[in-house]
Amino acid sequence: MENTTPHSAPSFTGTERYIATNDLKLAVNAALVLQRPLLIKGEPGTGKTMLAQEVASALSRKLLQWHVKSSTKAQQGLYEYDAVSRLRDSQLGDPKVTDINHYIVPGVLWQAFESDEPVVVLIDEIDKADIEFPNDLLRELDQMAFHVYETRQTITAKHRPMIIITSNNEKELPDAFLRRCFFHFIRFPSRETLKSIVDVHFPTVSTDVLRAALDTFFALREAPGLKKKPSTSEFLDWLRLLLAQDISAAEIDAHSATAVPILAGALLKNEQDSQLLERLASVMRSSARRN
Amino acid sequence: MLLDFFYHLRSQKLPVSVKEYLTLLEALSKPLMAPTLDDFYHLSRLVLVKDESLFDRYDRAFALYFGRLHTELADKPIPADWLLKTLEKLLSPEQKEALEKHGWDKLMDMFRERLEEQKERHAGGSKWIGTGGSSPFGHGGYHPEGVRVGGDSAGNRTAVKVWDQRHYQDYDDQVELGSRNFKMALRRLRRFARQGADLELDLPDTIRSTAANAGYLDLKLVPERHNTVKVLMLLDVGGSMDDHVARIESLFTAARSEFRHLEVFYFHNCPYETLWRSNIRRHAERFETWEVLRKFNADWRVIIVGDATMSPYEILQSGGSVEHNNRETGAEWLHRIVHTWPKFVWLNPEPQASWVYRQSSAIISKIVQDRMYPVTMAGLESAMRSLSN
Repeated sequence: MENTTPHSAPSFTGTERYIATNDLKLAVNAALVLQRPLLIKGEPGTGKTMLAQEVASALSRKLLQWHVKSSTKAQQGLYEYDAVSRLRDSQLGDPKVTDINHYIVPGVLWQAFESDEPVVVLIDEIDKADIEFPNDLLRELDQMAFHVYETRQTITAKHRPMIIITSNNEKELPDAFLRRCFFHFIRFPSRETLKSIVDVHFPTVSTDVLRAALDTFFALREAPGLKKKPSTSEFLDWLRLLLAQDISAAEIDAHSATAVPILAGALLKNEQDSQLLERLASVMRSSARRN
Repeated sequence: MLLDFFYHLRSQKLPVSVKEYLTLLEALSKPLMAPTLDDFYHLSRLVLVKDESLFDRYDRAFALYFGRLHTELADKPIPADWLLKTLEKLLSPEQKEALEKHGWDKLMDMFRERLEEQKERHAGGSKWIGTGGSSPFGHGGYHPEGVRVGGDSAGNRTAVKVWDQRHYQDYDDQVELGSRNFKMALRRLRRFARQGADLELDLPDTIRSTAANAGYLDLKLVPERHNTVKVLMLLDVGGSMDDHVARIESLFTAARSEFRHLEVFYFHNCPYETLWRSNIRRHAERFETWEVLRKFNADWRVIIVGDATMSPYEILQSGGSVEHNNRETGAEWLHRIVHTWPKFVWLNPEPQASWVYRQSSAIISKIVQDRMYPVTMAGLESAMRSLSN
């Protein structure tokens, strides 16, 4: 939804499906107004990729996605030159061969630059790629232009796209790259924020079940020694399971009293974590018996 | 005013650059945020701080800087005539008349109403910066806790500031994060070579040979690249190393999956004449250190993992080892190791700050020519960088 503030620039205030905290809204608006890329980091499952989708729908812009893999090169975001097809076509005598433009496949950034309307570009998980990958994109991010060697053209952006970059913090990103971005860290939501997120996805959940589920979830996150703490998306999946199986608040509370939550498989994805919880549960049971 | 803020952040070791500072000024010139300190905190953090491991440092720097601007009033009752004098500065002429007409209590009610008013409006304008403490309630929406009017609390907004909550304490980059992050750091140690079956298309060679072939397609394949670095790990086990078992295990699993050619030997406290490969058969099966020194040539990268915590006699004296009677001193063996393998590092799971205070770590640090690194992300990355040179 567009904001109705006195200034006419579009701004982001979250959507019906995505609850954004105030600092996140400020971050998105600042990146939009100052036309800088926005780097988002956070725990896995806190909605980084979803943010780009929601920003695009809130601003009514098209979303172009570039999911980076470990073998991705910066050049692939600009364009790729399909040399092998050209060789094959030349062997077969295809007349297409004479024009090299047939073999240039535009990448995500090319499409974004050539678009007639402003778009939102998502570069997902930039830290997965090689360490030099962000550095190879510096000029393109700064000046929104690049040179195509094969056809001797320069492609410049008609409208500066809004670039949202997510990172899982597996690698350090180079300083020169970081200087050009705005950085926001999505903190794990507080109980109130989580409640509003649940309201958006499950408007019909009863307050008792929600309270029991939230209690169990936050208690689980506090458990010492967990290798992977359950995240927001896992909580929503778990809640969906609970609602589907029509489990009552009393049952949830009863199970969490034993340290192993009901349907724990949706929350704990690690064998070591489930074993840890079972050990904790048996310790609690034996101490209860002794008392 | 923000120039002071900028230099203050730099003095607190936050790497903010001039370009980022200018971007912040540009951001402030646009109608982006409400003029509250909270919003300024978020905006400046967005523009100036680029890593969550620096957030805590930023919080502390921010609290330090803006704490100086606020006047902290203690919970003492404010003397009435001082209050009156201050109020007079704020009051409009009508209100001054009202003061004379209505008296103190009525005025306090009016003042309380004004405070409530301010709570609603919240965007008090520019009063929050620069009044330098002359007005205890000019800071309006931010520090009313210091003001106790006539005994009962007026506008008791006890909101603790966002930056005072120190949410980001745990994200310090000295914290170790587990096996996957170790793998990422260990990945820096790469010596690529092409081995194995021909599987990858070599485009430049294909183009060249096709051209040489008068245009008939001639595909050339090359083997895939593999990381062929050879790593020898010597691990200290037992005794004081038991405290670090979890972390060393993560490091070990990461190393095993990253390096194809990995050889591991164990020792206790300091390497002596024999090492062992299996901790269960530690006493039955021993390998001579001389054998190991001869078998693995200078090509191998050596990583020694140990906390260097022992009595200095174990290093410096023959017969000093706790387990057996060693003929030659530990220091001699360490010197031999250092000379046989020029590419080596020593990883110490103890925190770096404590190394100088332990005699044994200081001694070993000198013997290994200061190539001792902590088992943290940053330490591991520097160690791998030094090994790959």
